[in-house]
Amino acid sequence: METYKLTVNGQQKEVTADPGTPLLWVLREDLKMTGTKYGCGIAACGACTVHLAGVATRSCVVPVSLIGDRPVVTIEGIGQDPVGRAVQDAWVSEDVVQCGYCQSGQIMAAVALLKKTPKPSVTNIEQSMGGNICRCGTYVRIREAIAAASQQLK
Amino acid sequence: MTSSHRAIVRLFLALLINCAVWLTATTRASGQATTGKDAAAPATREAGLAAWQQVYSVLTHPRCINCHTATDYPQQGDDRHRHLFNVVRGPGGKGVPALNCATCHQAANADSTGVPGAENWHLAPLSMRWQDMNDKILSSAEICKSLTDRSKNDNMDGTALLKHHQTEPLVHWAFAPGRGRDGTARSLPPLSHDQLVAATRTWVEAGMPCPQNP
Repeated sequence: METYKLTVNGQQKEVTADPGTPLLWVLREDLKMTGTKYGCGIAACGACTVHLAGVATRSCVVPVSLIGDRPVVTIEGIGQDPVGRAVQDAWVSEDVVQCGYCQSGQIMAAVALLKKTPKPSVTNIEQSMGGNICRCGTYVRIREAIAAASQQLK
Repeated sequence: MTSSHRAIVRLFLALLINCAVWLTATTRASGQATTGKDAAAPATREAGLAAWQQVYSVLTHPRCINCHTATDYPQQGDDRHRHLFNVVRGPGGKGVPALNCATCHQAANADSTGVPGAENWHLAPLSMRWQDMNDKILSSAEICKSLTDRSKNDNMDGTALLKHHQTEPLVHWAFAPGRGRDGTARSLPPLSHDQLVAATRTWVEAGMPCPQNP
């Protein structure tokens, strides 16, 4: 076991964990931040997406030992960011969510997309969101919400 | 035969033997000098071509060629299947926002989760594709021609290519690729890294010859 100092949503956290423990489980089990979801465990579905130094990252496959000093932002903290706030507002206004399980990952991915590509094309949205799976099939509303957030951020 | 005649014959024979001994010693020394000179000589075209074939065997191994595709996606595994999870190349060869290479691939292998990693994980540019659009590996001659074309290879001359093989983190990764999700070690290229560097050096010193036939 090793002790790691992490910056999560702007706050300093200290955890003691096996170096191979995925960040997802450090967040959920050690820090009790359960907004980030476990879906597949192999980076295939995107439910566990967080931001690591601004990069959308699959927390289920990144061992805590490889985080270093890169700041972590989770769904609990993304609303403090203007783009994150706009995306969350659009998610509500477009009534995107059905069961909701994948949606924290969807929002984190959408924010990462809009931060790099403020005016995304349909292809941009499809390629960037193509790795986030929704079993309820809310893809059409996700696309509309991203377009709405983009408009709001104009 | 008089005694004086016998003395002359003995003298002649002694001179003959001395000459033979001197000639043998001189020839041996000369041979050693020639061998030493050969070792320091530049590699021949034949040696360069043989070394290139060794380099080619590494470049076309899945650990290397999976990211030297001609398509909009990287490949995975020894069967070189299309990368899962809808991963696409993206404009800079590093994926697209929210689905970058770095979304999963970190600066080192993550053996606990089976995700390979190294500094600056990315696809090779399309100018350095070593496959065709049907994922068929290009021939030795085709890859050699591409690799030695400075308009395609990031303007690298032989020295830079050798340095690339010596120091590039992604090249090093190919020889320490870590373990997959099931804990199985990933397969390695047919040469060690040292052997790849030695073969590259021989090829470069020979003038980077390429096979003529496709």
